[in-house]
Amino acid sequence: MNSYKKVILDPIFNDNPIMYQILGICSALAVTSKLETSIVMALAVTFVVAFSNFAVSIVRNYVASSIRILVEMTIIASLVIIADQIIKAFAFDISKQLSVYVGLIITNCIVMGRAEAFALKNPPLLSFMDGIGNGLGYSFVLLAVGFVRELFGSGKLLGMTVFPVNTAGGWYVPNGLFLLPPSAFFLIGLLIWAIRTWKPEQVEEE
Amino acid sequence: MPHESTSRTLIVALGVCLVCSILVSTAAVSLHGRQETNRKVEKLRNILAAGDLLTDKSNVEETFKEKVQTYIINLATGETVPKDKYTDKLNPDAFDIKTMANDPKYGQAIPAKEDIAKIKRMPKYMPVYEVKKDGHIQKVILLVYGKGLWSTMYGLIALGKDLRTVEGFTFYEQGETPGLGGEVDNPRWKALWKGKQAYDKNGRLIIEVIKGKVDESSPKANSEVDGLSGATLTTRGVNNLVRFWLGADGYNSFLTKLREEG
Repeated sequence: MNSYKKVILDPIFNDNPIMYQILGICSALAVTSKLETSIVMALAVTFVVAFSNFAVSIVRNYVASSIRILVEMTIIASLVIIADQIIKAFAFDISKQLSVYVGLIITNCIVMGRAEAFALKNPPLLSFMDGIGNGLGYSFVLLAVGFVRELFGSGKLLGMTVFPVNTAGGWYVPNGLFLLPPSAFFLIGLLIWAIRTWKPEQVEEE
Repeated sequence: MPHESTSRTLIVALGVCLVCSILVSTAAVSLHGRQETNRKVEKLRNILAAGDLLTDKSNVEETFKEKVQTYIINLATGETVPKDKYTDKLNPDAFDIKTMANDPKYGQAIPAKEDIAKIKRMPKYMPVYEVKKDGHIQKVILLVYGKGLWSTMYGLIALGKDLRTVEGFTFYEQGETPGLGGEVDNPRWKALWKGKQAYDKNGRLIIEVIKGKVDESSPKANSEVDGLSGATLTTRGVNNLVRFWLGADGYNSFLTKLREEG
């Protein structure tokens, strides 16, 4: 039981895919200008990592190593298409804002990385939990960045006004930089700094 | 690693592919209906948005029914198709540009020289959305489309009472580079179109999307729209598709006729 807890909780702070393994940065920059898109993207990635881990783990003893990567890609690609179809059916507006980035989950290194590093060596249920854990770790960063960017970039959270902006007669002058992808770089950098100050063991040796 | 025999590898590969394809097609087929509805409502919403009729709270389908009249016109003659001539494909609800353009009866090939919008084939008929008030036309909303850099861009252009002034312009489907050509969706850029003159007093097509910024002091300033920076080919595509559809092969005969009728 202990190890289930460990595979779920570890990726959030101790072994975070974005902050410690520095994977999946590109989508974290692209979709976090609003909290809403961040949430949907986080859910989609968690869904894909969890189920791809599960499926790869089920077939791990039957697949010849020569076609291992191909099988993994097929599974991941199918899951991503399913996620994309679901988002298109139930959250059409958001799917338009996410545009290609849902499809690009296929190339998100977290998914492939966990399949290779974990699911190939562990039983299905544990792999599924590892997927959930890594999805949560990814979600944590996405939500944190999305929260800050939407709040300071447009004075809103989930589309609701928090700081009344000056163009609508309020006092807050929105910082346009937060709406641009580079701001996510700065925010993720600050997060990494913060977490490595808190947990110095994550600092790489020179 | 065990299990390296060829037959085993093939069987596993086939099995995985089979399961995956069943899952993907189940998802695609079962969610298709919902996605279609979303797309339809989205289209109505875009028509309303192009005509500046969209309010936050109103129900899209109801507002559309209430304010907008749809009919189908024959592009060559500019005449309205009477309701009793509607068929399965030729009616405002079912009208689909791609199907109609490829249909041997309802579509036609465009001679390469005239095909500035790079669409190869076009429908002979198009739907037109009219906003009327007390029997007078307030706005006419027209479908336009053409090639950008990567994608075919589908848009809507609204003309005001005089049928010369642009009242609104929006794309409802495009796949241009996000951040560059994709800025055709930017509300600030779309707002530039409002008030521009599409035709001069003699009915000559004068609107143009230029490269760079419009010189406000130029006499042509009210018929020119700023190009998008970093997106020369998308800008050119927008210019071409607008000029194609408002030109002789597009809605010109319909609009001329409508203007004469007053």
